Amino acid sequence: MSEAMDAPLAVASDAETTAAPARRIGSVILDVKNISLAFGGVKALTDISFDVREHEIRAIIGPNGAGKSSMLNCINGVYQPQQGSIALRGQTFRHMNSRQVAASGVARTFQNLALFKGMSVLDNIMTGRNLKMRSNILQQAWHWGAAAREEAAQRRVVEGIIDFLEIQAYRKTPVGTMPYGLQKRVDLGRALAMEPALLLLDEPMAGMNVEEKQDMCRFILDINDEFGTTIVLIEHDMGVVMDISDRVVVLDYGRKIGDGTPHVVRADPNVIAAYLGTPH
Amino acid sequence: MGFFLETLLGGLMAGMLYSLIALGFVLIFKASGVFNFAQGAMVLFAALAMARFAEWIPQWTGLTHPVAATVLAFIAAGFVMCVLAWVIERLVLRHLVNQDGATLLMATIGISYFLEGLGQATFGSSVYKLDIGMPKEPILVFDKVFEGGILINMEDLYAALIAAVLVTGLSLFFQKTGTGRALRAVADDHQAAQSVGIGLGRIWVIVWCVAGIAALVAGMIWGSKLGVQFSLATLALRALPVVILGGLTSVPGAIVGGLVIGVGEKLSEVYLGPLVGGGIEIWFAYVLALLFLLVRPQGLFGEKIIDRV
Amino acid sequence: MIYRENGQFKTSYAADQQIFPVLQDRIAIAVLLAIAFVAVPLLASDYLLRAVLIPFVIMSLAAVGVNVLIGYCGQISLGSGAFMAVGAYGAYNFLVRVPGMPLVVALALGGLCAMAFGVLFGLPSLRVKGLYLAVATLAAQFFADWMFLRIKWFTLDTPSGSAAVSNLQFFGLPLESDAAKYLFCLALLALLALGAKNLVRGAIGREWMAIRDMDVAAAVIGIRPMYAKLTAFAVSSFIIGVAGALWGFFYLGAWEPAAFSVDISFRLLFVVIIGGLGSIMGSFFGAAFIVVLPIALAIVLPMIASLLGISISTTAISHAELMIFGALIVAFLIVEPHGLARLWSTLRLKLRLWPFPH
Repeated sequence: MSEAMDAPLAVASDAETTAAPARRIGSVILDVKNISLAFGGVKALTDISFDVREHEIRAIIGPNGAGKSSMLNCINGVYQPQQGSIALRGQTFRHMNSRQVAASGVARTFQNLALFKGMSVLDNIMTGRNLKMRSNILQQAWHWGAAAREEAAQRRVVEGIIDFLEIQAYRKTPVGTMPYGLQKRVDLGRALAMEPALLLLDEPMAGMNVEEKQDMCRFILDINDEFGTTIVLIEHDMGVVMDISDRVVVLDYGRKIGDGTPHVVRADPNVIAAYLGTPH
Repeated sequence: MGFFLETLLGGLMAGMLYSLIALGFVLIFKASGVFNFAQGAMVLFAALAMARFAEWIPQWTGLTHPVAATVLAFIAAGFVMCVLAWVIERLVLRHLVNQDGATLLMATIGISYFLEGLGQATFGSSVYKLDIGMPKEPILVFDKVFEGGILINMEDLYAALIAAVLVTGLSLFFQKTGTGRALRAVADDHQAAQSVGIGLGRIWVIVWCVAGIAALVAGMIWGSKLGVQFSLATLALRALPVVILGGLTSVPGAIVGGLVIGVGEKLSEVYLGPLVGGGIEIWFAYVLALLFLLVRPQGLFGEKIIDRV
Repeated sequence: MIYRENGQFKTSYAADQQIFPVLQDRIAIAVLLAIAFVAVPLLASDYLLRAVLIPFVIMSLAAVGVNVLIGYCGQISLGSGAFMAVGAYGAYNFLVRVPGMPLVVALALGGLCAMAFGVLFGLPSLRVKGLYLAVATLAAQFFADWMFLRIKWFTLDTPSGSAAVSNLQFFGLPLESDAAKYLFCLALLALLALGAKNLVRGAIGREWMAIRDMDVAAAVIGIRPMYAKLTAFAVSSFIIGVAGALWGFFYLGAWEPAAFSVDISFRLLFVVIIGGLGSIMGSFFGAAFIVVLPIALAIVLPMIASLLGISISTTAISHAELMIFGALIVAFLIVEPHGLARLWSTLRLKLRLWPFPH
């Protein structure tokens, strides 16, 4: 593990990473306070607190079973923590459901790709535009007029996302038939379609080879750069984490054991012990 | 008071008969994760088979002793149900491994229609008498305690006893034997069960055989009570709320659910029915199940249904 | 060679998103509509209209409604018969009790009654799905059966619960002849099917499909599961209710509650499975299949039987019908779960390449 942490990943976006300090990182957009989550007797998270600043890329890392996905699910409203609160842009919520969180500007991708397998790429990403659509059901039934104009306008936006993710050739393909790496891009596209202020990425590079990882890193950095989206990502590849993130949170067995810039965290003895184990 | 008890007892025994059919549902769901909509058609098919065999066996073999003929008819019908189970596994279930529940449900609806047609084409579509030697006259009990006594239908009583025996046997089978364990493994996860060497095909044939025998017993009792006719197939629809109430994965739940539904139907018909025009039996069980679904979908004894993202 | 999209480039998103983007398809549909609206009423025999075409048109409409609920939104429903009954009795009551009520308005009001009933009995879909939802919809079915049999007010206090309509008019034109009935039903079918198609290719349709495919993820991207499911029930039961009213008014003429029993619910389920779940066009295929199959069997089976030298009775034919239905359901689920619609689109794909193999 230490080798992976030391060797830099040859990510194609060197220019962006060296320019990272120049990115305008703003004030706190997400404030997680004392979150505790338990499933019956199993404590998934214990008293986790950290913050995320606007426009930054925050990584959550930790060994398997540390509670990273559970943390993301809490932010997302999928799980309701027993204790603690989450403040999004100053607005605290304990019990927002996932739909309300989505409407507040938080989007996410899933570790296991929760794509709508029966629909095409275009339709999947269009569902992400759902929050922005205004025409009511009767207008849609009539179609010609307001609904048609809105469909065309949303299509234009979605085509922009498709161009950005370089999946133009696949726009009419049913998602279930596409290779895994491309499906992950569609998942990302659907999240982007929501024009989120905060994007939660759950292991976006899992199962990818080096080229696919380079592409995905490039996309993530471009999203952060062009759209100013704040990104929280869970990732296992240390090289990626070290290279693209501004700050890192380290979890282990549901507790926070490290919080800071990548270099600080990399040198933290607690973090090293968690990953490598302590000598007896 | 006497009348109330009579209604209650009548409901309990009717409920027991529902449980007999519900058992078939639970068995197949417990062991293969499939909800077998065709259970009612299987009851009809089995009852038709037995009724006709009871007629034909004396003609084919010259055997005139009624008990022997009936027993042979039962065995023959049981054999037919096992062959049916094998055919269903081969032609249908094998090709639908790992499909989602909705697809399997619709496949069993298809099987149900097929069986209704086949049963009637093979065995005939009139009403047939099925005489298994059950006493037909009701007896009067407790006539010293309650005025007029309480009328108990002996046939229903015997049916309840048979059902109780069947349930106990099946519970023991599931809990204590190796095959029972294998069945539970298959219900939980097809792929995991295969990976430890449990042959899915063999298990499914066993399960559908057992459910077929349960259907035969249910058909036999209902058939002797009502006569073997097409409406037996729709009985299954009456038994659906029973499994919802009791829990799809619980054999005791099928019994408890049946009793509750049986009693509820009778009591509501007698006491509520006149207020709203009568005949509420046809929807009472379903509305009760509906209310249960809103409050506790897994039923009284079932396992909680968990959805993962 | 003939079915090629060469040269048909779309220059606007609207053009790309139209229902029939290929020119040959548009021509084919135009021809089909011309035949359906003009040629058929002029040329078809009364028997053909009454026994085949009118039930086909009405069944297609009902199937479109059922497809919206089961095929597009993934909510299993075995209560379609109840929705048809509510629509039929609702329209009947409005037509007969309110003097001077226009036919179309009565039908629409019947549809709205069915919509209210559908939304009410669709509420369990917010809590349960799959088999459990099917049981909840069966509750609707049996409740409606009882309601129209026992509550005399619905059937104007006739003892048997039967209803009958006559002298139906459309803006003063009498709808007596079979051709007139056929055209009226066809016009309603075209209108409502077009509306349904617009809905399923629009935003709400995508919401429905998202709920069908993965409802937990749907909430995370901002779709309201409650709104999506209840609108699916509402739209679906409106369409099915209108179809039920048409079935009672124009096909049966006079009906009893048993006309809308659980049997018709199952039949509609078959129609959409065989036709293709999640396809408006599939609804038409399935309806055609279900209407034509009994007639075809009644003709073909005696022919085969006489070739083999055995005689076959009508009860035997009806048994064979049940067996063939059941076998076909299973066969389609195994071989082509997307039904005839998928077979059709595969055929069209091959047709595009014809005469080349690939």
